[in-house]
Amino acid sequence: MEIWSAEIRQSVLLTVELAAISTVILLMLATPLAWWLAHAKGWWTEIIASVIALPLVLPPTVLGFYLLILLGPDGPGGWIAHLWGGRTLAFTFEGLVIGSVVYSMPFVVQPIRNAFAAMGERPLEVAATLRASPLRTFWTVAVPLARPGFLTGAVLGFAHTVGEFGLVLMIGGNIPGRTKVLSVAIFDYVETSRWREASMLAGLMVIFAFAVILTMTLVDRRATRAAT
Amino acid sequence: MRLLRSFTLVTSLLLAFSPAQAAQTNVAVAANFTDAAKEIAALFKQKTGHEAVLSFGASGQFYTQIAQGAPFQVFLSADDSRPRKLVEDGLAVADSRFTYAIGKLVLWSKSPGIVKGEETLKAASFAKLSICNPAAAPYGLAAVETMKSLSLYDTLKPKLVEGATITQAYQFVETGNAEVGFVALSQLSGSDVGSRWVVPQTLYNPIRQDAVLLKSGAGNGAASAFITFLRGPEARAVIEKYGYVLDGQS
Repeated sequence: MEIWSAEIRQSVLLTVELAAISTVILLMLATPLAWWLAHAKGWWTEIIASVIALPLVLPPTVLGFYLLILLGPDGPGGWIAHLWGGRTLAFTFEGLVIGSVVYSMPFVVQPIRNAFAAMGERPLEVAATLRASPLRTFWTVAVPLARPGFLTGAVLGFAHTVGEFGLVLMIGGNIPGRTKVLSVAIFDYVETSRWREASMLAGLMVIFAFAVILTMTLVDRRATRAAT
Repeated sequence: MRLLRSFTLVTSLLLAFSPAQAAQTNVAVAANFTDAAKEIAALFKQKTGHEAVLSFGASGQFYTQIAQGAPFQVFLSADDSRPRKLVEDGLAVADSRFTYAIGKLVLWSKSPGIVKGEETLKAASFAKLSICNPAAAPYGLAAVETMKSLSLYDTLKPKLVEGATITQAYQFVETGNAEVGFVALSQLSGSDVGSRWVVPQTLYNPIRQDAVLLKSGAGNGAASAFITFLRGPEARAVIEKYGYVLDGQS
């Protein structure tokens, strides 16, 4: 029996695809959010920040339950699915992307927000006195300075999406090539006593997780050294 | 010496009395049998004072867990092959195995008028058909067998969504995310919501659901009492009420 079967290849590819697309969307949404959170002064700022951070604390089953209803035919997901003739966003790759974005948002927003906050107002003010437009300041001053924050956010967002399980189990429907991601495939193999496949994928995940954590530590160390 | 003797006396007294005392047993129950098992456990408690603590899941999942030493004393599977395998593995008591129920597969929709019979599957005018994982849950296997008997499996395959258990397959239909789904008749008992087609037995292999006493429960009075109770008339009445066929009646 071939261990690196088409089935396994498919779920690895699907997982990478899901994590990559989610990370791009996460960065696009998290950057303005983090910027706003780092600079807004109102008391409601922390309320919004807390709402974004909710998935850190909530069990994935809570998100899974809400998403199953929201993505379903009677929820907004159903209305969106109608646009291309579908009935529900559950059991679709798009549905998983939506779930992943919600689920991993705090892991991306927080490091970027911290990076924006850490640089302070000073570099932005200097840029302003040099007549740089706010947009130009953002791209040429703030973003490069916050690079470690972006890197951390992207890696964490990607990794957290790869590690997502409960949510996918609840809204995915276990469809090969569309929603059967690695974590669910492992669950499936364990349930059906296919130890060889399970241990191979599990080993792969351990190596991946280790690489992520090591990368994070190294990025963090470099950033600290650069700051001092 | 006297101390030892009195100690032995106390111990043997305790042992002698313990079967009569209320005890607890952990029972792993295939998800399709959820409601019936709850009702049986309540009757069991009334009758014997013993408590059956129930866990629900896919049969395949339980098989794996039991093989890894999960603390269950009784296993109510949704098939007969996993209990047999547990006996072969030396994890279950051979002569305790028996068929407590024969399950019925149903095609179900939450909306009336959708499911009319096998023509519903042939027309396939639905986007999603939910089943449970055929590798881990016998009702999923029966669903696949049914579609294969009707030579519709390849056409319907792109529309299939899988739940980890029959409960999840049901819940996908219940939330409307799948228009139709293959569920267990027992899940629909006591309600006539939507439309259904009880799949003829000729289209799939009988779902013989076997119960077995696990080796870890061999010394547990409550565990063997539960198996005995399951064979008794009260339990059988409940099982029939939930739409199962009893062994030897079909």
